[in-house]
Amino acid sequence: MSSLSIELPGLSLKNPVMPASGCFGFGKEYSQLFDLNVLGSMMVKATTPEPRFGNSTPRVAETPGGMLNAIGLQNPGLEKVVMEELPWLEKFDVPIIANVAGSTEEDYIRVAERISKVPNVHALELNISCPNVKTGGIAFGTDPEMAKELTKKVKAVSEVPVYVKLSPNVTDIVKIAKAVEAGGADGLTMINTLVGMRIDLHSAKPILSNRTGGLSGAAIKPVALRMIYEVSQQVRLPIIGMGGIQSAEDVIEFFYAGASAVAVGTQNFVDPFVCPTIIEELPELLTKLGISHISECTGRSWGKHEQLAYHRA
Amino acid sequence: MRKELCEVVSNLCIADSIYELTLSGAMVNEMNEPGQFVHVKVSNGLDPMLRRPISIASINKDEGKFTIIYRKQGRGTSILAEKKQGEMVDILGPLGNGFPVEEAAPRETAILVGGGIGVPPLYELAKQLVNKGVQVINILGFQNESAVFYESKFAKLGETYIATVDGAYGTKGFVTDVITEKSINGDILYSCGPTPMLRALETAGYAPKVYLSLEERMGCGIGACFACVCHVKDDPSGYAYKKVCSDGPVFRAGEVAI
Repeated sequence: MSSLSIELPGLSLKNPVMPASGCFGFGKEYSQLFDLNVLGSMMVKATTPEPRFGNSTPRVAETPGGMLNAIGLQNPGLEKVVMEELPWLEKFDVPIIANVAGSTEEDYIRVAERISKVPNVHALELNISCPNVKTGGIAFGTDPEMAKELTKKVKAVSEVPVYVKLSPNVTDIVKIAKAVEAGGADGLTMINTLVGMRIDLHSAKPILSNRTGGLSGAAIKPVALRMIYEVSQQVRLPIIGMGGIQSAEDVIEFFYAGASAVAVGTQNFVDPFVCPTIIEELPELLTKLGISHISECTGRSWGKHEQLAYHRA
Repeated sequence: MRKELCEVVSNLCIADSIYELTLSGAMVNEMNEPGQFVHVKVSNGLDPMLRRPISIASINKDEGKFTIIYRKQGRGTSILAEKKQGEMVDILGPLGNGFPVEEAAPRETAILVGGGIGVPPLYELAKQLVNKGVQVINILGFQNESAVFYESKFAKLGETYIATVDGAYGTKGFVTDVITEKSINGDILYSCGPTPMLRALETAGYAPKVYLSLEERMGCGIGACFACVCHVKDDPSGYAYKKVCSDGPVFRAGEVAI
């Protein structure tokens, strides 16, 4: 058996590495560079009921070790995603995690109900953490009660397991995690981007037309690790960890913190081959560390008294 | 499209803050259209993190080399300016869709209009057009005399006019002033430069066919991240878009809102 295969609700993965939503489109561009079949899974771009253009440009700004983005959930809309984008991905042996977004509860329910019926969609990622849209998005992810209710309603209509993507832009992320667990979530993905901004030296105005944007990249890795470390010991849900992953070593660090799989985001822009490279390097790194299977890494950083039976199983 | 470590053949300062970087690599064999670009990783570390999109100024398949020209302006291009002969640079390319050479027929006249750091891709375009028997007229605008580059190279390929904003060299004013003053017209116009210049050329109607190369802040450079999106013109839905990196950077005038 491969040292990388992973079983998660709805997902039998050949390895635990996947591109993060919003950083990989619907796979077409990267398929020109490498065989997508190597990926454990793929988190495709957020889908809303209607097509969205998103924010005006500039939509990206750079900062040491990271970048800010304010794309604004641009996507072709539910119909096109279900009829064109997802069927195109069927030729790959890769279970898809569909990212579900919207402005209202009804939006999320509508997308979840339809997209969860698509054969290659094996799980949903409920996006209640996008910081770059005026309504919906992060509003659902910063209020525990709203997060719980939305999770419940989406679970009621979804035909596949539901993972909830958590926002780091909260005082107590554990509280939100517990709320969505109570709402029936099957797993968590974390973290989304941190709200930040850059200001132009000459114009004295924000660089991003949206003024603020989501910070991603290596700069946010310590924040992601800390939050996964805290949440993983307080809930019984598996976590797909993300936030600044660049290497196989980073992947192991996320597992140690408490993740059961990982997603790579911004680094795809820097090195489009980062996912296949990490997947190739992981087995050797595990051997070097004396670990026979990657799942043994989950939660290794926890103190003994903090371990939950679920994770030891 | 490939990711490759290309070797620095030379990296020369050719005008005020303007550098000409010649690289060798196998990706030159995939470079066909003028106006495509490469996505350059200037440092191995985290700062700056993202790649820099820089247009290809000339392609030399026989020698396996290509040239890019950039303005040393921010952190990224300052690091690039320090690259020495023999160093390796991580390049993703060639990317995007360039200028359609096939739209100009032999013996027709093409007007090439460049502004500042938008001038470089027009050089490879001029070479390919001339090879095809198209007559080229080059109109190049710069901030001032010290910023002027490649004038003699363009002059070898066709009639060449220079405009500078302060008038210390060439015609005083903008490229559009040169076109008006010299009553230049042609069958097709290709341009790359600052957005206000492209807008002026789009509305002026100096030629029946006009192609413009756009610039936008980019993330991935291959069409996946949706950072460099622009609206399609005359789109009642408001949802139609083009990506500057992978649908462009060259568009027919009137295709997208600039």
